[in-house]
Formats: sequence, structure tokens, C-alpha cells
Amino acid sequence: MNAPENTQTLSFIPASEFKQRTTEAVADAHLRQSFRSAMDFLMAKRAAQFPDADALEAQRALAEHIRRYSLSRLPELLEKLERQLTANGIQVHWAENAEQANAIIVGIAQKHSAELMVKGKSMVSEETELNHAMEAAGIAALESDMGEYIVQLDGEKPSHIIMPAIHKTKQQIARLFAEKVPGASYTESVDELIGIGRAVLREKFMAAEIGLSGVNFAVAETGTLCLVENEGNGRMCTTVPDVHIAITGIEKVVEKLEHVPPLLNLLTRSATGQIITTYFNMISRPRQPGELDGPKEVHLVLLDNGRTQAYADEQMRATLQCIRCGACMNHCPVYTRIGGHAYGTTYPGPIGEIISPHMMGLAATHALPTASTLCGACGEVCPVKIPIPDLLIRLRAEATHDARPGHAPLVGQGAARSALMDFVWAGWAALYSRPALYRAFVWLATRFRFLTPPMQSGWTVSRTPLKPAPRTLREQLAGRHLKT
Amino acid sequence: MSARDSILRRLRAAPPGQLVLPPDVPAFYAAVREQAPATDRAARIELFCERMSFWRGEIVRVTPGNWAETLRVLCVTKGVNSLLYGPRGPHAATLEAAGIKGLKPYDRPVDEWKPELFRDTDAGFTSTRGGIAETGTLVVWPDDKEPRLMSLVPPIHFALLDANAICDTPFEAMSAQGWISDKPVAMPSNALFISGPSKTADIQITLAYGAHGPKELVILLLLGEGES
Ligand code: SF4
Repeated sequence: MNAPENTQTLSFIPASEFKQRTTEAVADAHLRQSFRSAMDFLMAKRAAQFPDADALEAQRALAEHIRRYSLSRLPELLEKLERQLTANGIQVHWAENAEQANAIIVGIAQKHSAELMVKGKSMVSEETELNHAMEAAGIAALESDMGEYIVQLDGEKPSHIIMPAIHKTKQQIARLFAEKVPGASYTESVDELIGIGRAVLREKFMAAEIGLSGVNFAVAETGTLCLVENEGNGRMCTTVPDVHIAITGIEKVVEKLEHVPPLLNLLTRSATGQIITTYFNMISRPRQPGELDGPKEVHLVLLDNGRTQAYADEQMRATLQCIRCGACMNHCPVYTRIGGHAYGTTYPGPIGEIISPHMMGLAATHALPTASTLCGACGEVCPVKIPIPDLLIRLRAEATHDARPGHAPLVGQGAARSALMDFVWAGWAALYSRPALYRAFVWLATRFRFLTPPMQSGWTVSRTPLKPAPRTLREQLAGRHLKT
Repeated sequence: MSARDSILRRLRAAPPGQLVLPPDVPAFYAAVREQAPATDRAARIELFCERMSFWRGEIVRVTPGNWAETLRVLCVTKGVNSLLYGPRGPHAATLEAAGIKGLKPYDRPVDEWKPELFRDTDAGFTSTRGGIAETGTLVVWPDDKEPRLMSLVPPIHFALLDANAICDTPFEAMSAQGWISDKPVAMPSNALFISGPSKTADIQITLAYGAHGPKELVILLLLGEGES
């Protein structure tokens, strides 16, 4: 695909501008309405899937157990996966970061003189900004998941990991298609809009030399890549082109096929409230002699990109239990109000707040873990029981302190530290550890309360000014005691 | 050091953490099964039909004696002018004898006829390896006789399902195939669970069918003679 209008603006919005973007997002009534209704819908769909709280608890405990077990043996399972995939004829590549992953994929595409890559849904390829690297190499990378296709066509990024175009109305999509898809006329019928996408993309599936996909579960013992999807574009991308490249984070491996059904069950029910998706695709081998279709080559790229940093810490390792269901964002009061784009990261919402610091460093992401009321909804719905609120608190601390003794510093450790804040806390500590000083301070603060400024920076934007009481609590209590 | 070695080295350098024993998934499902009332064949068929209909799969009850004729009539009523089938597949002879108009054998590598497959093939017919009642799912196992794209590219997918091969759950279906066992059989190159026609809710969470794959999934549910 050569049409320049279909290229994506790929650079991340720096996460350091997070606060300003949240203000803009909250002021956008239309956006808030889109997310509110979509999240209400998804929450209701999920809730309907779990009528029995005890049964759900038992399933979550099992899923958590499976994920923790897999992580506890991660290096060994990765080696086993590599051995088994190789024995099955699937080529395995390892990448430490986004650049390496992209270079591997560009290299494979160039070896096949590819001009077009069709992509099934893969958040990891969003993470590496693969499309950008492909374009730089002169190879078109076309998203084929309907939602991803729509956001790519409009030069945007996904705003939700499961529903990438959730922020758009059908009217906006109708205008977009009429404007950008050759031969498409304006229609607000969802069926017709999907029909337009279908027609365009089927031609592309046929033409593409390379198909790219993500992976939901990689089974070490059998050497099987499992993909979950409703649309069939994942099957197209992994079956029609001559070469299939799958890309995944190193944490997605499980030991045995029997570990998959419990995770699959919770994944689809937590994500969209479906008991199963239309397709559950298990790929174990490229096209075999005598077979008439299927890719002639299958590759798997295993990506680290900060995951080993999370792994190195016993508490933060739980971050890697994630199966990317999106339930934590659907239930997050902050995500629901600001939407996915405001985060400026590939993974928005609670999971993004705990994983992005490892991928991008705390310097760029330290504001994210503060975007939480710590209401606990994310941790409660997480099908693999990641203690997300605890991890948010931990990352807030890491952003403002030196590494704990015996722990290696995180990338960007202490990035949110400021001299002013250190000074204020040092003063606070001094006051509260010296009774005489403390008494003197509160006496002065109450007697000179008339000096408190009426405008108190950010606080008074939407709140009344803070003012000390006329008498200290101690004095008030003493007075009460005398009266009785 | 290669990327592989440094990633593995970093993982191995991490503190081992608490010992986690292997989860016993079969025992978990056995316990669930004990609490649920035992299912029989009729109940499984009923639940399968209910769930598959929920996914918009169309169920047609057939018998060994009439399924091919039923398929012929369905092709006529749905206006199917070309029906793709596996000429070496298990049902080839029956299909060929049924007088279906436009029967098209999948008999050469897809590379030789991709445009025709995509643009000029109305329907595909495949066998199945089983069904799953709880989720309303077909277990499909493409191979050299019934290739992968037959159940994906044509706008209509006809699938023949033996009612005796319906299991309760995905776990039981994987076990029935021998994929989950103490001595698991090798996984096929590609194995699929299919639950209804392809669909998407990516535009304003409005459900639309026929996203990229089949717009219709028709299950020929094979019952005993005199049962349907
Ligand atoms: S953190 Fe939990 S709830 Fe959030 S996406 Fe991952 S698995 Fe789902």
C-alpha cells in the first residue's frame, strides 16, 4: 500500500506531558461519553459471565497459579519453547529491545523482497513501533484488525488494547472511509462500513508476502502458538501469506497445553464478556510437504523490552502475569474519564501504569502510577490477580527514592524527585520529630492564619483555599476538657 | 553476547522467589465436573445447539443417509455456485455423488489459484473433529486433504459434525483429541476452535458478521438414522 495518507504518525506523545493531556481529555465531553458508555457496556458483559463469585475466585486462583508457575520457570520454559518450535520447523529470534525486534522483522521481509506486510492484532508490534521501521525500509505495513485498520487510516494509535477504535463514533468512521478509501461512499451502516473494510483488506491478504501476528499463549511443550480473535484477520495473516512472523513478549510462555484452557476462558470472558472468541487458532508448524496452504515459513520473535527489569524484582514480577484482557482499564475510573490516548503509551490504563515504566523508564512515565485513585477495582477484576494497586504504590516510591538496598535501580529511578519536595519532606520530618519545634510551629500557624494566601497554586483551581484553624487541635481539646 | 544469552542471563540472575508447584489443571476440572450434574449425549447436543445459535451458527440436523442431499438443497437455496471440497477428504465420494452444482476440488497449492479462491468461491465444506457444548464450538483440524483456507476464505462455511463427538468443555475436547494427556499426540500443523461466523464489534461496539472470514457458518449436525 503506497497511499501516503495511510501512514501512521508513530512517535509516542511523551508521557511527561501526561498531566496536561488529562486536562484536555477530561474537558472533551464527547470523548468522555464514548468511553463511559463503552466501558459500562464491557463491564456489564463481563459481570454477566461471572454470576457465581466463588467459582470465579477458584478460576482466578488457578489462572494466577498457572501464570506464577510459568514465570517461576521462565528461562527454562523459553529454552524449551525454542527447542520445540525449532523441532517443529518454526524459526525463533530473540530481541532485547524494540530496535532489535524491528531489525529482525525488516530483515526477514527484505530477504523475501516483500512490499506489503499485513498485520493481525499485535500490541507488541505497537510497542516496538514496527510500522514505522517497516515504512523506513520501504515496506508497507497494513493493520487488518478492523479497529486497528480504522485508527491507522486516520493516523492514530489504538486507545484500548482490545477495542482500538473505541474512541470513534460510526459517523466519524463513515467520514473517514468516504474520504480515504477509494470508491467508498458515505454510509453510517455498520454492516456496510465493515463490508468496505472487508473488501479492501481481502485484496491485501492476497497480495501480502508477509503476515504478522501477536501471540496470546506460547506452549513450550508442544511448540504451539495460540491466537485468540473474532474477526478472522488473524487467521488470514497467519495462513495466506508465504511468511508468518509472530512477535510476543517473553512472558507469554506456558509449559503445557493443559495450562491454556483456564487462561483462555478467563481471557475472553474478562475482555469482552464472551465465553470464547470466534477463532482459537493453534499454530504448531509451517506448511508441511503435501499440504496445499499455510505459510511456508513461520518465525517467532521473542521480545524483552524491559520485561527482565520487572522480572528481576520479586514483587514487580507479578506485572508479567498479565494476559492482556483489558478488564483493568474497563473498570478504571481514571481510564474511563481520560480515555486511552491521554496516557501516551502503548498500554493505557492500570496495566499500562505498571508495565510502561519498565519499557520506557521512569523518567518518561513516573506520572502514570499517580493516575489512580487506588480504588482497587483493577486488582479486583484482574483474572490473574495482579496486585495492581500495590504495584502502583511501589512505583510511586521508586520514582521518588533511591533503589532499595540490595535492589538494582530501575531505569529512571528517582526521576520524580525534586529539590523542593525533598526540602518540604525534610522540614516535615524535622517538625514532627521535635515536639517543641512542632508546638511552636502550630502556635504560629494558627495565630497568623490571616496570612494564608487566597490563591494556592493548583489547589485553589477547583477547591477552597486551605487555612489553619484558629486554635490547634491540642488547644481545642484542652478547652473542651475544662468545660466538662 | 547474543540477545538470547543476555535475556536468559538476566532472567537467571533474578532472585528465584517463592517455589511454585505445578498447577494440577486436570484435577481442577475433575472437581468442577463432580459438582456439576453429569451430562448425557442429548444434553450436550442441546447445549451445543443453543450456544452455537447464539454465535449465529446455523444448525441443520441431518443423518448419514440424507446429509449430502440436504447440503445440495442448502447450496441451491443459498445461491451457492461453487462449493470447495477436499477431493481426498473423508467425504469426497459422498459429495461427488450428491449432484451438487459447482463442486470445486481443492487439488493444487493455493499459490496457483489465490485470486480464484478469494474472488470466485462461494462456499467451503469441511469435516470436523468434534464439538464443544459449553462454548458452542467446532474443533477443526485442517490437513493435506482439507486445507486451512477452506474454512476461512469462502463466504459460507459448511461443516459436518458428528453429534457423538461433542464434548462438554474445551479442556475435554483437547483431551479427547489426545493433545492433553500423559503422552500427548503431536499437535497438528494448525488446529482450530471455531465458534460461529467471523465477527467484529470494533465500530461503536455494534456487532457485525463477516468481518474477514465466513459470513455464514452452517453446521450439518449428524445424528443417528431416525433421530432427527
Ligand atoms: S493486568 Fe490483569 S486485568 Fe489488566 S489487562 Fe492484564 S490480566 Fe487483564
